[in-house]
Amino acid sequence: MNAPDTIISVRDLGLSFGPKVIQQNVSFDLKRGSIFAVMGGSGCGKSTLLKSMIGLLRPTAGQILVGQEDYWAQNDKRRTEINHRFGVLFQSAALWSSMTVGENVALPMEMFTPLPPDVIRRLVELKLGFVGMEQAIDLMPSEISGGMRKRAGLARAIALDPDILFFDEPSAGLDPITSARLDDLILTLRDGLGATIVIVSHELPSLFAIADDGIFLDAKTHKPIARGAPRDLRDHCTIPEVMAFMNRQAEISPTDETKG
Amino acid sequence: MSPHIMTDPTPHAAPPHPAQTPEKPVWTLEGDTSAPRLVLRGTWSVQDGGMTPFPTDGLAQAQSHGTLTFDSQGVSGWDSAFIAFLWDVKQAASHAGLQFDPRGLPASAQRLLALLPDAPAPNKAADRKKPPLLERVGDKSLNVLNETGTVTELALETAQGACKTLTGKSGMRLKDLANDIWNAGPSALLIVGVVNFLVGAILAFVGLVELRRFAAEIYVANLVGIACAREISAIMTAIVMAGRTGGAYAARISTMLGNEEIDALQVFGIPVSSYILLPSILSLGLMMPLLYIYGTLIAIFGGFVVSVSMMDISPLGYLNTTFEGVSLTEFVFGFVKSFFFASFIALAACRVGLRAGRSAADVGIAATRAVVIGIVGVIAMDAIFAVMATVLGI
Repeated sequence: MNAPDTIISVRDLGLSFGPKVIQQNVSFDLKRGSIFAVMGGSGCGKSTLLKSMIGLLRPTAGQILVGQEDYWAQNDKRRTEINHRFGVLFQSAALWSSMTVGENVALPMEMFTPLPPDVIRRLVELKLGFVGMEQAIDLMPSEISGGMRKRAGLARAIALDPDILFFDEPSAGLDPITSARLDDLILTLRDGLGATIVIVSHELPSLFAIADDGIFLDAKTHKPIARGAPRDLRDHCTIPEVMAFMNRQAEISPTDETKG
Repeated sequence: MSPHIMTDPTPHAAPPHPAQTPEKPVWTLEGDTSAPRLVLRGTWSVQDGGMTPFPTDGLAQAQSHGTLTFDSQGVSGWDSAFIAFLWDVKQAASHAGLQFDPRGLPASAQRLLALLPDAPAPNKAADRKKPPLLERVGDKSLNVLNETGTVTELALETAQGACKTLTGKSGMRLKDLANDIWNAGPSALLIVGVVNFLVGAILAFVGLVELRRFAAEIYVANLVGIACAREISAIMTAIVMAGRTGGAYAARISTMLGNEEIDALQVFGIPVSSYILLPSILSLGLMMPLLYIYGTLIAIFGGFVVSVSMMDISPLGYLNTTFEGVSLTEFVFGFVKSFFFASFIALAACRVGLRAGRSAADVGIAATRAVVIGIVGVIAMDAIFAVMATVLGI
């Protein structure tokens, strides 16, 4: 049974590479319009969980329900159709290097919509305008900086007006100012586009700022050990692993005042 | 002052929708010229053909310093198409010097619109126009000279490294060398064998058909033996290895460049020449002459199989004729050529890899270029060897 505002629900998901168990018993509901954080130390399987949600890695147990459909029980064709509701920003932006920034954003529209080229061009300008990159439309990915590549990747992720956006380490490799701007942008796009966002990150300042729900994966027990918004976990969670995760950063973070 | 009314000059017919026919997007400009008001109605969705342009001079009649307001009560649904239209309006308003007051719009549209600039900066399209012919020729010439110098330097460094290897001071890891030798030698046996066998068989077949007319079929053994030992096996092996190993070297090195692995070597002060180039070039230089000998023997065997099955000659007789007809100098000549071919292929591939850009597309370009340069270079070198052999009477 799904609540009406649940957009994706993950049920007892198990992930493993051969005999090596990555995570098991992962269950959570993604609410429409929320920003959901997948947290945990390096190597706990955050990115693996993301991969199984966007169709790159088949889980070994459990279900992912997108709406009312069991995502992994569908055939490849139907899964691709579901994927058109998803927009993904990869860790390294993953822009196609043989195309200009504009062509990168245009390709999904050319492939999956019957729109004429001039309309696509206007939409590409618009999506790049959202991320402040409209002037870079004709540049190659190798000619722009890392932060710009991330933003161009974001423009490509929203090319098909998806209702669920997945971000894999969006602020990795960005300076604090660029990273904060990206956070603002994510919030604005969530409100403006009405999208739901899943974000994999261990950038605590960014998680505290934007995420309103989340799950904490533990690398040792291979299970999720805490649920809730990162802010609440920081302030109220008593599980030692979670406290260590939140505190170690909080000790050197200027946003330390809220800690008791 | 009469109200200024304008309707959308290019109405877009919405395609038929299975569930419900969406109201087509309509805009009208109302109010007087000092306080124009844009009234929006309908469904503004990309899928339903709602990409309505707003004319750049649509607000030209309005007085500057006025305020443009909106009435979006009649908008039943919207997506990017609506924002694209509003961005046009925002730019036109900024152009006409009007204040842009988005408060009449849906709140989320206001947030998205705030991200978009009034006047987009001009495209920073990279300067891709061609310089004049003379400049290009000069540029190319300088490049060629520069490349020749760099490649020579690399070749000398490698030769120096190879000499140092003999004394055990080259800094090359023997594990890398063994790995490269395995890739450039034993693992290529099958493809080199198949290619040479077929070439030998084809030569024998064509030779038999022609020589039969002169009752000189027995000379097929000489034809296959000499042609393969002197030229064909050396060239075929080199072409196969240029495609197989040369391409692989270029792709590997350019990928390392993209992953900043080469940068890491440089920062540590590990010379690229001894870590990457030396094992690559040395292994191919050592292995290809051996592959050549193996290829020649297989080619002769290919000719042997075709000849014995197509003409009246004892297998022993064919082999005897081959041994009498093909002198050892042919093999020495081919062996030496193979060494030079191998060094050229490996050196060119490594150089192409090191020069490549850092993206996936560049890796493809580098691999292609390495194979093309390798094959063309091998054939050109073979021509030079042929001329030298004639002059020297080998």
